[in-house]
Amino acid sequence: MEPPAPLFDVAVIGGGVVGCAILRRLALGGAECVLLERSADLLAGASKGNSALLHTGFDAPANSLELACMRAGYREYLDIRVPLNLPLVETGGIVVAWNDEELVKLPAIVEQAHANHVTDVRLIDTAELYAREPNLAPGALGAVLIPGEHVIDPWSAPLAYAHQALAHGAIVRRSTEVQGGEREDDHWLLATTTGEITARVVINAAGLYGDQIESIARPAPFEIRPRKGQFVVFDKPARELVYSIVLPVPTARTKGVLVCPTAYGNLLIGPTAEDQEARDVATVDEDALERLIERARTLVPALANHTVNAVYAGLRPATQFKDYQIEALPDRSWITVGGIRSTGLTSALGIAQHVADLYAQHFGALDWTAEPIWTPVPNLCEERPRRWQEPDAGEIVCHCELVTRHEIEAALSGPLPAGDLGGLKRRTRCMMGRCQGFYCSWRVAQLAAGRLTDVPAAIEER
Amino acid sequence: MTTHDVLILGAGPAGLAAAVELKRLGVRDVVVIEREQQAGGVPRHCGHLGFGWKEFRRVLSGPSYAKRLVQAAAGIDVRTGTTALSLEPGGHVHTVSPEGQATITGRRVLLALGTRETPRSARLVSGSRPWGVFTTGALQQLVYLARTQPCKRAVIVGTELVAFSNLLTMRHAGIKPVAMIEPGDHVMAPAPGDWIARIAFATRVLTRTRVVAIHGTRTVTGVEIEREGERSVLACDGVVFTGRFVPEAAIVKVSHIALDAGTGGPVVDQYGRCSDPDYFVAGNLLRPVEASWTAWGEGRAVAHAIAASLHGALPAATRLIALEPQSPVRYVCPQRLAAPAPLPAALPFNARMVHATRGCLRVLAGKRVVWNQERRFLPERRIDLPFDTTHLGSTESLAVDFAESAHS
Repeated sequence: MEPPAPLFDVAVIGGGVVGCAILRRLALGGAECVLLERSADLLAGASKGNSALLHTGFDAPANSLELACMRAGYREYLDIRVPLNLPLVETGGIVVAWNDEELVKLPAIVEQAHANHVTDVRLIDTAELYAREPNLAPGALGAVLIPGEHVIDPWSAPLAYAHQALAHGAIVRRSTEVQGGEREDDHWLLATTTGEITARVVINAAGLYGDQIESIARPAPFEIRPRKGQFVVFDKPARELVYSIVLPVPTARTKGVLVCPTAYGNLLIGPTAEDQEARDVATVDEDALERLIERARTLVPALANHTVNAVYAGLRPATQFKDYQIEALPDRSWITVGGIRSTGLTSALGIAQHVADLYAQHFGALDWTAEPIWTPVPNLCEERPRRWQEPDAGEIVCHCELVTRHEIEAALSGPLPAGDLGGLKRRTRCMMGRCQGFYCSWRVAQLAAGRLTDVPAAIEER
Repeated sequence: MTTHDVLILGAGPAGLAAAVELKRLGVRDVVVIEREQQAGGVPRHCGHLGFGWKEFRRVLSGPSYAKRLVQAAAGIDVRTGTTALSLEPGGHVHTVSPEGQATITGRRVLLALGTRETPRSARLVSGSRPWGVFTTGALQQLVYLARTQPCKRAVIVGTELVAFSNLLTMRHAGIKPVAMIEPGDHVMAPAPGDWIARIAFATRVLTRTRVVAIHGTRTVTGVEIEREGERSVLACDGVVFTGRFVPEAAIVKVSHIALDAGTGGPVVDQYGRCSDPDYFVAGNLLRPVEASWTAWGEGRAVAHAIAASLHGALPAATRLIALEPQSPVRYVCPQRLAAPAPLPAALPFNARMVHATRGCLRVLAGKRVVWNQERRFLPERRIDLPFDTTHLGSTESLAVDFAESAHS
């Protein structure tokens, strides 16, 4: 006879940054949790492609839930990043005005930042701007400095959250798509592609599929309207051209296109903002990429001599509402976490705190007495020591990004091994450099043979 | 810290040929470093025939040729698995290997870092980004080194000579070539490449066709193309982007050594000597892209210049005449002429055009025509510029310009 299926306290649907952070928080609180992810690996949806920033919330809507979660998430990231071995590239951000119309908007940006309790935000003159950013094109009229805006590693952070959750007893089930669910007595019975899951409480962190999952509990009160952002990554020699996150003065519709360093030592420009129907694929578009490159070279003329490494596109799970859609449904034993837009990387830890509060308020006490088990993740940030710099580095497999065989093997094993090639790339950066796998894809395929869903195994000798 | 006579970066045809020639010329202390685990360079994964005639008077496959190169270098200190991290003045090269980080110093340093193809990302190709998008080099290595069949039906983008090697790689791996795509009017490889494709491989060559987008979420499902204004989708599970080679010069770009925007490689004089005269270049780091035997020959020739330099017999680079390509000349290589030029050049001057054209190509010292040639020129073909380097007077630069024929 098969053993009875375990009854979890919580099933978190969605293995993006928000789901991982919630899983961690509730597992730290002693809840028995399972995370259900439809893809072969975590971070396969909205969390796959973003601008990798840790935001202060200086420009977030005043008194919004989004702002509160961003502020809390920002603080917690700074608290836990050292024991989890997560980077912080302290770039600061600068909003630059290029015409009179933008210039007059700057004081209001400072005012809003102060109202949002980001008190170190200030106007700077062009002399200070160009002292900070000597490679910026001439012609700027003024700027706002946001010292607390920083760059982080957008994949290592959520993976670290998931690892810590696992250390605290949580379970992660990938390639597990939730197809429906029913309330039975005092628990949910979720039908998934890998069998039934029973849990007392369900948390919908399904991101781009948030409205579809929500309809299991109730007619969804929001509609996901995927918004696509395309990005261009310049090669590492361009990194030194820009020191801060250089932002435009935002418009009513979008925060606009920014230029910033990445944690991996590249220079990034993006995103575009394009509404689309499809939730499962974010295509890149030659014309949009060319416009981004042109924009980058207008902002930083020296980029004319630099080449493009990679291009990508990400989807943000926007809704018809501006603010996050987070609420507990006590009579349904359900917590909705929807519409987490581009600020999700920053706010995830804060959202998780908020969700834990909702859980404790409606569904049961959490126990914070257990000492946290820290699960440091491998460092991929260029500004901190990398594996290849250690004495026993061994074979370097990916020459562009200096990824060692040890790192690739570690990412293919352990409690949360890479599920597909994208997952392996996000864990190690292999094949993500200027050659995009010209040199190393064969060796990666050899090391990963039979362990990733999308990489073919070796064939028999003819 | 020991200082070697010559430190060579890259154990492909150029680097190994230079090492062997330096030994033959009596230079004792030569060290070659190679970041791959095996020496031999790109030919290691070119599984087809066509290598070695000039060097060994044999028709060899790429891997056999690579083995021959390595055998010929027996006795030379070749350190594989050793990556160069940065180039410093004084011939100091910072490296990392399984033994850890180190600085290796050569009285002279030869950069033979080779070339690679431009991947899909830098070509800004539209569409999704699934598994199944390769370069020729990646496909060859997946097939010949990892022994995988990375896809079953593939579209080849490009018709340079290297594009046709994919047909051989695919036959070896049992991959069906769906079509070859060329935006121009003609196949770029010299004849009879296109009819070989059609007849020997029953592969369609679609000229005047461009890639619109790649389709597929997890793996490629098709390539959308546009031909004569009409769009269609070629069903396939693989796409191979071929050619558009670029010198593998990132380490040079962040160094003190000058790079040329035209070639993408270091600026060199006719001896292969860089802006830092302790550094030399040979092979496809010079410019994209020549066959293995050319890279091999350049390695040998630059070895002579390096040996002369070690003996103080190479003329100092005191007067450098810049060769200045004018549109539509894409580049000139070498970019500098060290004058006066009493020694024969290690690297003959050559140029390439941006596009196919007919007209008169000229080398000018001021208003004086030093050399000219009137004919049809094709892109991706080497154009030799055999001008007389000995009677240039006091000119500081040489323009390389082009006048299109009136009737073309």
